[in-house]
Amino acid sequence: MKTAGVIVAIAAALVLQTTLARFVIHGTVAVDLVLVVVVYVALTSGPVTGLLAGTLGGLMQDALSSGVIGIGGLAKTVVGFLAGVIGTQFIVAQSLPRFVVFVAATIVHALIVIGLYGLLDLRQFGTPYAAVFGQSIGNAVVGVVAFQLVELLPGAVERRRAARHRVRR
Amino acid sequence: MALLDIRQRSGYLFLAVMLGHVLLISAQVNSRAGVPVLEAVTFGTFAEVQRATSSVISGAQRVWSGYVGLRHVKADNDQLRSQLAAAEVELQEQRALADRTRGLERLLELRDRSHLATTAAEIIAAGATPDFRTLTIDKGTRDGLRPDMAVIAPAGVVGRVVVPSARAAKVQLLIDRNAAAGALVERSRAQGVVMGQGDTELELQYVSEVADVVVGDVVVTSGIDGIFPKGFIIGRVDGVEKNGPQYTRITVKPAVDFGSLEDVLVVLTPTAAREAATAGGTE
Repeated sequence: MKTAGVIVAIAAALVLQTTLARFVIHGTVAVDLVLVVVVYVALTSGPVTGLLAGTLGGLMQDALSSGVIGIGGLAKTVVGFLAGVIGTQFIVAQSLPRFVVFVAATIVHALIVIGLYGLLDLRQFGTPYAAVFGQSIGNAVVGVVAFQLVELLPGAVERRRAARHRVRR
Repeated sequence: MALLDIRQRSGYLFLAVMLGHVLLISAQVNSRAGVPVLEAVTFGTFAEVQRATSSVISGAQRVWSGYVGLRHVKADNDQLRSQLAAAEVELQEQRALADRTRGLERLLELRDRSHLATTAAEIIAAGATPDFRTLTIDKGTRDGLRPDMAVIAPAGVVGRVVVPSARAAKVQLLIDRNAAAGALVERSRAQGVVMGQGDTELELQYVSEVADVVVGDVVVTSGIDGIFPKGFIIGRVDGVEKNGPQYTRITVKPAVDFGSLEDVLVVLTPTAAREAATAGGTE
């Protein structure tokens, strides 16, 4: 059930990334939704689930891009594993620590991808500080909001139900 | 093995997955032939999901904006837009034709290419990662698309087909870091290569230091790359940096607004350079 949920979340992130982004901000979105899902899964489920989610999401993303298949997968695997380890070793239950984890995860991901492409002499990225910074902020905001929504929604629904119940009585 | 705790096992799993990735990357980097099967199959399958999602969203959008909202205005606008698009494409074709007739091509007895065979395609998805500037269109090999076919819009050059599946194709945009096109400055006929930078600007490189390039010059395709037909607009020179007589950086603002593309045309007619290469290869 949990595995199915992770697969569905990654598939949904890919569909959103490739399809809805075009309608919302004309495809130039600087948010990597798959990375957000991988970090989310890692923080909530641990390093093993995180690295498997990273592998799956990264490979899918690579296969849909025109780059080398495996580079994004490797980067997301590392990020998923590290985020999972951080999630189990530290208390990451507040918005600020989560924000920091998302920012760090995006930077690590970018460093691995840019480093590997440079190492293999496949592609030169120059010095994309601004792009990486923008994406890390974007990913962190989306990730923290996702956490808040998932945590607050069930409580809000429950409170509304209880309020209705009281009115009836 | 069963006695190992979860942390150790996760470490082994991590190493195994990393090794798998390294092997996967190595296999691709060593072999430089064609499109990887995994990429083609995954893309072909996922394109169907993208198509379905896109058609649902497009349908909902059309219902909302076409029927609930400004019904008649939307219809008129669509008609005018398509007329304008057709006129602009025709204008570009005429420009390309005039360019050709001025040059030496007539002397070389190349056959008349005034009418490029094209097929219209709708964009059904954007790139899967922000690092690569690609789009997915709803036409594929069933419609005659092949790798390296040029993709254009009424405003100018969009990119090239990189991975066609049966009913969809991935298009690498000209602004992608790995994209390039043979180009020339329309006014001075200075030749160069336009390279994508991964952002919204292009760079014109390999320009001779004696060439005349100024801000505002229109840059068009030169046709020597065998992908893009000659004479199609790429953009305008946005900035020129020089160090003595040598050009250090020439930036080009693309004519196409890649953010608002909805429909494109895929050029089915092979370019002169590609035909010559094919003929040379078969001889």
